[in-house]
Amino acid sequence: MLDASEGYTTADGRKIGGVVMEMKNITLRFGGVKAITDISFDIREGEIRAIIGPNGAGKSSMLNVMSGFYVPQEGEVWFRGKPRPQMKPYEVARQGIARTFQNIALFEGMSVLDNVMTGRLTHMTTGMFTQALWKGRAETEETANREIAEKIIDFLEIQAIRKTPVSRLPYGLKKRVELARALAAEPKLLLLDEPMAGMNVEEKEDMSRFILDVNDEFGTTIALIEHDMGVVMDLSDRVVVMDYGKKIGDGTPDEVRSNQEVIDAYLGVEHD
Amino acid sequence: MAQSLTGAGGLQSVPALLHRNATEYGSRPAYREKEFGIWQSWTWAETAAEIEALALGLINMGVNEGDFIAIIGRNRPYLYWSMVAAQMVGAIPVPLYQDANAEEMAYVLGHCGARFVIVGDQEQVDKVIEVQEQLHQFEHMIYLDPRGMRKYDHTHLHQYSHVQDQGRAARDELSGELERRREKPDYDTTCVMLYTSGTTGKPKGVVLSNRNVIETAKASSDFDKLRQDDEILAYLPMAWVGDFIFSIGQAYWCGFCVNCPESADTMMTDLREIGPTYYFAPPRVFETQLTNVMIRMEDAGAVKRKMFDHYMAHARKVGPAILDGRPVSAADRLKYRIGDMLVYGPLKNTLGFSRVRVGYTAGEAIGPEIFDFYRSLGINLKQLYGQTEATVFITAQPDGEVRSDTVGVPCPGVEIRIADSGEVFYRSPGVFVEYYKNAESTADTKDPEGWVATGDAGFIEEETGHLRIIDRAKDVGKMADGSLFAPKYVENKLKFYPNVLEAVVFGNGRDQCTAFINIDLTAVGNWAERNNVAYASYQELAAHPQVMDTIQSHVEEVNRSVAEDPMLSGCQVHRFVVLHKELDADDGELTRTRKVRRRIVEEKYADIVAALYDGSPQVSTETEVTYEDGRKGSIRATLEIRDARVVPVVPQKVAAE
Repeated sequence: MLDASEGYTTADGRKIGGVVMEMKNITLRFGGVKAITDISFDIREGEIRAIIGPNGAGKSSMLNVMSGFYVPQEGEVWFRGKPRPQMKPYEVARQGIARTFQNIALFEGMSVLDNVMTGRLTHMTTGMFTQALWKGRAETEETANREIAEKIIDFLEIQAIRKTPVSRLPYGLKKRVELARALAAEPKLLLLDEPMAGMNVEEKEDMSRFILDVNDEFGTTIALIEHDMGVVMDLSDRVVVMDYGKKIGDGTPDEVRSNQEVIDAYLGVEHD
Repeated sequence: MAQSLTGAGGLQSVPALLHRNATEYGSRPAYREKEFGIWQSWTWAETAAEIEALALGLINMGVNEGDFIAIIGRNRPYLYWSMVAAQMVGAIPVPLYQDANAEEMAYVLGHCGARFVIVGDQEQVDKVIEVQEQLHQFEHMIYLDPRGMRKYDHTHLHQYSHVQDQGRAARDELSGELERRREKPDYDTTCVMLYTSGTTGKPKGVVLSNRNVIETAKASSDFDKLRQDDEILAYLPMAWVGDFIFSIGQAYWCGFCVNCPESADTMMTDLREIGPTYYFAPPRVFETQLTNVMIRMEDAGAVKRKMFDHYMAHARKVGPAILDGRPVSAADRLKYRIGDMLVYGPLKNTLGFSRVRVGYTAGEAIGPEIFDFYRSLGINLKQLYGQTEATVFITAQPDGEVRSDTVGVPCPGVEIRIADSGEVFYRSPGVFVEYYKNAESTADTKDPEGWVATGDAGFIEEETGHLRIIDRAKDVGKMADGSLFAPKYVENKLKFYPNVLEAVVFGNGRDQCTAFINIDLTAVGNWAERNNVAYASYQELAAHPQVMDTIQSHVEEVNRSVAEDPMLSGCQVHRFVVLHKELDADDGELTRTRKVRRRIVEEKYADIVAALYDGSPQVSTETEVTYEDGRKGSIRATLEIRDARVVPVVPQKVAAE
């Protein structure tokens, strides 16, 4: 196992730092149903970490534990070297964790720009009245936030739909807008719940490129859940494999690919 | 230097014009670009400073006089500055089509032996890196957008802003050298080299001198009374001669402002925000816009639709006459004014044409209905005829003499001659110097007296003096019975229908004409949605029986219209097929400027052409397609072949001697 203080270097030469988030013996139950059983793994600074597994393996539950939405019955989530207490979602956001959802959760009636601006909410300090008056600090603050939102719009190449209401956008673009909103929060850790579900090949390629670019450009640590094996193997530095709520594999894509248990459970038995 | 003081008052190069603009109207806007949602602008003085910094940086990197510097990317101020900076250091800018694939790029870069390449972003960097092994002279690449570039090996890669920084830092040391190089160019110095997309064979490098560019810019600016306060939107490929003349030649000559869109997708929004006063677009763009307007009107409420139809009918009746200054009754004028308030004005605003004083279309024939639509709104849309070898301008329509079927009168300084074969020849100060490293082609195209063959067949209308173009001279052929075969003439008539995107007519040396048709997915797709016709792909929609019926009715209407012209009545389309894929430049079927490569299409689809002539009712075919990223795949289809009704041809009366 890797030493918590040291990082490692990826195949393409990126330096991965120390542990950002660590899941310690997490067990999550819904009544009598065990969604997650005694799972531990870590996420390191600057890496792209994937969680894969067949349907019902507990991936989304895991992500919800990471984002603080579910509180596990057993085990601890350590964030930046400290055990994380139970928190409200906005407190998690303030800590620098942002996420996207499997089923898009945008404000449908609002424009793309407004949606992205909502991602800046945790960074705003002025109150409702000051903002309504639109004077002084509120104005400066909005300008600064708008600038960041615009940089992200430029980065994700969605300038052409800046003023379009989200409800009028096709699915693939909505996913991109959701990513934009998550990025607007300038997260340290970005959680992506099936960012490529339901996309066609071209949209998947675009999304993969954006994920890699986000990681490269902003140094954002990314944890993602994904179904598409090809995408996961190309994209991620390390992979956690889950099946029936248990961890059955953890390592680089190559290690995972050759792990017999993973092959049997998930990828199917290899034929010569 | 008595020599350099002749001509345009010593203004014999683009850097000299830049210097004049920076001194005389230094605080006026020269460039705008929308970035991060805001229009950023640069004055002429700021532009001069930016270009100078880059020029110093280029000298610092070792650019020699006479070097070729390739420039690849979308329209951005920085890349226009690169061209002028290259000229300033005595190098020759060679803009390339940004959507060219790696092979095409390798050919051009190898042919001109570019030592330096300046590109827009990672995509272009990757393409050049892919082919750099084949390029012996290539040394350094400068990129503009640092995104995704961090992990690249930077021994031969440089960021644009860093090059400028180094240039600024080395100012004291290098400014003498820059001054010396900047003073040097005169009218005979090469201004730019542009590669023609070439409907056949390899692209050729057209060398244009400062005389070509500046004289042409001067004459054409006078012709249309372009002013310093004009605004243009630069969105057409930088490698295209037109963009070079509009966005550099005329812009620097007049000192007007060049606006660059935020991205290719936002062009329509940006057009509306800028509201250019001088605008150029190929017919295709006008067609698309009109199609969009019509689609949106069909979705509008009944009252709006009625109002639109009523006032558009009036506009069609009197609009062009009002624009041309012909007499129109006071009542009609008043009604037009009301229409302008209710319909034309808001519509023009939506399209971004509120302020257009001079609009041009060229490159292809434009449909009369489309042309008249814009003119009836009061938009001064005109046609011009030109080519790279002429530094664009051969003929243009003067204000007040605008028609959809001519391309206008010779531009100032241009002489026109029609050869016995019908081919159009011209001679002008804009005539290119040579094809680079291709003396043979130069001699074939340009004779010792300076006359250049256009490769187009046409004639001059006696009563008006306007030039009319029929077709490419080499495409004009004879049918088996000896009657004239002019495919373009028929194709254009077909393409005027919104449902038809592209048409290719065959029949040279045969006894009848046949055609390939490409449907327009926007127009036909909208029809399908409206009529609850379900389809999963382009291929499926194209093969739909009702679509076939519609196309057949278009073909038959065209036949009736073609039959009216006794000279061309033999060109009626007897049989046609609706193709299962769009003709595409990536597959080599179209040029980068989207003109059909007739020979290649004929060879590639030889099986379908054969089926068109052997009477079979359908044909199965498999076609190789190239995706945008260069991968190949194939599509299989069984295509229905339809017979179209033709009007019986009355045997041409032979003049009795």
